[in-house]
Amino acid sequence: MDPIDLSLAELADALASKKVSAQEITEASLARIRATDSRIGAFLHVDEEGALAQAKASDERRSKGAALGRLDGVPLGLKDIFTTKGIPTTCGSRILEGFVPPFDSTNVARLKEAGAVLLGKLNMDEFAMGSSNETSAFGPVHNPWDPSRTAGGSSGGSAAAVAARLCFGSLGSDTGGSIRQPAAFSGITGLKPTYGRCSRYGMIAFSSSLDQAGPFGRTVEDCAILLEAIAGKDPLDSTTLDAEVPAWADGLKGASVAGMRLGIPKEYFVDGLDPDVEKAVRAALAELEKLGAELVPVELPHTEYGIATYYVIAPAECSSNLSRFDGVRYGMSDREAGGLRDMYFRTRADGFGPEVKRRIMIGTYALSATYYDAFFLQAQKVRTLIRRDFDQAFEKVDAIVTPTTPSAAFKLGERDKDPMQMYLADVFTLACNLAGLPGMSVPCGFTGEGLPIGLQILGRRLDEASIFRVGAAYQGVTDWHLRKPEVS
Amino acid sequence: MARDDWEVIIGLEVHAQLLTDSKIFCSCSTAFGAEPNSQTCPTCLGMPGTLPSLNRKAVEYAIRAGLATGCEIRRESVFARKNYFYPDLPKGYQISQADLPICVGGKLTIGEPGAEREVGITRIHLEEDAGKNTHDPEGGPSRVDLNRAGVPLIEIVGEPDLRSSDEAVDYLKGLRDIVVYLGVNDGNLEEGSFRCDANVSVRKVGETALRNRVELKNINSFRFVKQAIEYEIGRQIEVWEGGDQVVTETRLFDPQRGVTRAMRSKEEAQDYRYFPEPDLLPLRLSEAWIEEIRGSLPELPRAKARRFCDAYALSAYDAGVLVAEKAIADWFELAVAAYGGSPKTVANWVINELLRLVKDSPEGIAATKITPAKLAALLGLLDERKINAGSAKVILEEVHGSGAEPAEVMAAKGLEQVSDTAAIEAAVDKVIGASAEQVKRYQEGKKNLMGYFVGQVMRELKGQGDPQAVTALIKAKLGE
Repeated sequence: MDPIDLSLAELADALASKKVSAQEITEASLARIRATDSRIGAFLHVDEEGALAQAKASDERRSKGAALGRLDGVPLGLKDIFTTKGIPTTCGSRILEGFVPPFDSTNVARLKEAGAVLLGKLNMDEFAMGSSNETSAFGPVHNPWDPSRTAGGSSGGSAAAVAARLCFGSLGSDTGGSIRQPAAFSGITGLKPTYGRCSRYGMIAFSSSLDQAGPFGRTVEDCAILLEAIAGKDPLDSTTLDAEVPAWADGLKGASVAGMRLGIPKEYFVDGLDPDVEKAVRAALAELEKLGAELVPVELPHTEYGIATYYVIAPAECSSNLSRFDGVRYGMSDREAGGLRDMYFRTRADGFGPEVKRRIMIGTYALSATYYDAFFLQAQKVRTLIRRDFDQAFEKVDAIVTPTTPSAAFKLGERDKDPMQMYLADVFTLACNLAGLPGMSVPCGFTGEGLPIGLQILGRRLDEASIFRVGAAYQGVTDWHLRKPEVS
Repeated sequence: MARDDWEVIIGLEVHAQLLTDSKIFCSCSTAFGAEPNSQTCPTCLGMPGTLPSLNRKAVEYAIRAGLATGCEIRRESVFARKNYFYPDLPKGYQISQADLPICVGGKLTIGEPGAEREVGITRIHLEEDAGKNTHDPEGGPSRVDLNRAGVPLIEIVGEPDLRSSDEAVDYLKGLRDIVVYLGVNDGNLEEGSFRCDANVSVRKVGETALRNRVELKNINSFRFVKQAIEYEIGRQIEVWEGGDQVVTETRLFDPQRGVTRAMRSKEEAQDYRYFPEPDLLPLRLSEAWIEEIRGSLPELPRAKARRFCDAYALSAYDAGVLVAEKAIADWFELAVAAYGGSPKTVANWVINELLRLVKDSPEGIAATKITPAKLAALLGLLDERKINAGSAKVILEEVHGSGAEPAEVMAAKGLEQVSDTAAIEAAVDKVIGASAEQVKRYQEGKKNLMGYFVGQVMRELKGQGDPQAVTALIKAKLGE
């Protein structure tokens, strides 16, 4: 087997038993990026030199018996939303072109401490605002299963890179589904942890109360290994939770769902759900039942208000978060002529793309003195109701299982002119962010057109363990996650 | 213009920089006067991805200010973002507190003893300072210095309870004395670490509703506070009496011309779009911590002045001078304890002599080498009549510079008082012998010539005669 096809866990074993060196696997990954990424568009910046130096250092540690852990020497990719010291960080936006941060985000620092090899920065929707990676200022990401389709968004590059075997795992961020939706579209596994589980320090903010970093992997186990490395309280992010970081990956090989109660919300099986998707998800549910889980109908009655709530809160926060891009200190700055106002107007007019501007305007409106109560405050109240729905459901069940998306990957250019259509791609994923809960997407089949389908598993706050258990048990008896796209 | 027909309504908003070593949301230094932008980091530069972490010391200082002004300390307060664009505001929003500030509902006492009055404090909240823009008068590019960005501030919002510019100054001085006593602020108006905005309106005496108010900015001394408010009161009355409306607006005080001027009206239309800061959790305070801080509060200036009047039998004026600075008050009390004699005597020497000696030193009372014990020793020499008051002042000045013991200075300078009767008698005889005319007039009843004789004798004794002994002997010689 070509080592490039190994899972992250398998590569860790191969590195440990010295069947392959970090330098060999890093060179192989870089070669594959060079050979194929022009047709995928996953990477915005490849740090060949840095990656090879990290790989060399990893091999030296290992030869001295001082390897740092399972990630030591493993080539990974980073969504370009994470700041990287000395390496350009654009967040998919023209306005940050040329910006080289003087500091590492906490997640990057923790991966470095774990010895990982960081190959470079991955494409994304501009400031993580989008569901197809088409709002990126640097071009879309093509789905490795069908280059005419989206790999999903906003972490499209992170998903496609793992699916296309350009790296063994990656980090993305999920504000309303930006990890789970591209994981589903790209046929891989992706986890959004509990809000506060991973640091947001150095993860360029879109919507601060919803954003959460998380891993992409080819398997549930790979995601668990990555989460172990990045999770945990960070003094630089006051919203991180002071909770124990369990050894999630341990024992996942023999995970069982016997005796688990899995909630099936009827609100997620409605008109508009693609028949192929519904069929695959129902088959997965049957599989889980066969493994000993009990399927329990649950109600999440405020689901229908999720999109409206999300599209008030997220734009409101982003309108404030993106105020710092003013041309004064870093990034793009148009000072050609005129005064301060001209600099502000031209820098922001030229630097931001249309979707970002749309959300800044929606958010500014929702926060304005006149409309604050009717929009922002009202949305916060509905958010509380949505959270309560989940609290009540989780009194009866250990996890909730749904489709990740209503349909499989759509064609590039199909929805980018119609924001409402685009927003529907997140209809099943964003309630989890509003409630601050963990959620994961695992591959559960293919459409008639050969496109991957994702199964979403939602858990209680801080209960990533149950999600991993369900996902790993499912992957123990299925092989959807082992399929790989033909990328030439 | 009939000013008596009008009532003045004033409320002050004070921004006080907290004396923490580091900024409120990052660990950069807050020291004043460093090279522009040298005290910055990704967080206070507002770089993408950075997040605020709250400085515990800043919270403690805000609580101190709240407790000292009788505020309720909220067990849970919430930070909020105030959104606006300006180059000195790196994030495009200021982290402040809006609906749920840390302290609410306090009060401050103003007025002379016997005529005291309480002024309400609406709230005290925590926020971050902005940086500083400088503009090139030649029209070159403007510059931004972000050293000050993120320095912790408390904003103390007063109720519109003040009724004159004098009351406003009184309130402001009282507030400054308190924050300086607490060690949370340096009280410097000129450098801008203690800044004041004044909301001023007028209404006809007897009216209950408030008329339009004006916010005055750029008033960076107590004198300017008075000037700006006085000017504004006159202007507003003139506008109303002229049949026009006072416009609700922000006006800048021009200290050169002593007038206020409207800022651009665009500034008025700002909608700050406040919303809860999602990057910080609600600030929850434990009862135990608040009580610990309450226990550590120093005696405040007004209470101290009252105690000085009662315990040391001082006048309100003397007490006021002594408590104006905590260091002086502490020094005074140590000297009283060391001396053991009349506290009033100590107060006189501190106020009239010591404070004169240090009045030009920026470090204040710390500039002198006189210690409370040395002043006490000097007063002891006076009481023992080893020196007279004139010599004591000479000795004090020497001790101020050298730190020597007063007795040693007395000996070295030969300032010990002459109480040797023979020497005094010789001098008295000499003066009387040479002043036949004055003696005659004295004996005819011109008793105030005694001053002349004493002066002449003291001159003979080179100023070191014991004035009491000298007077007694002259009287005896002149046959009384």
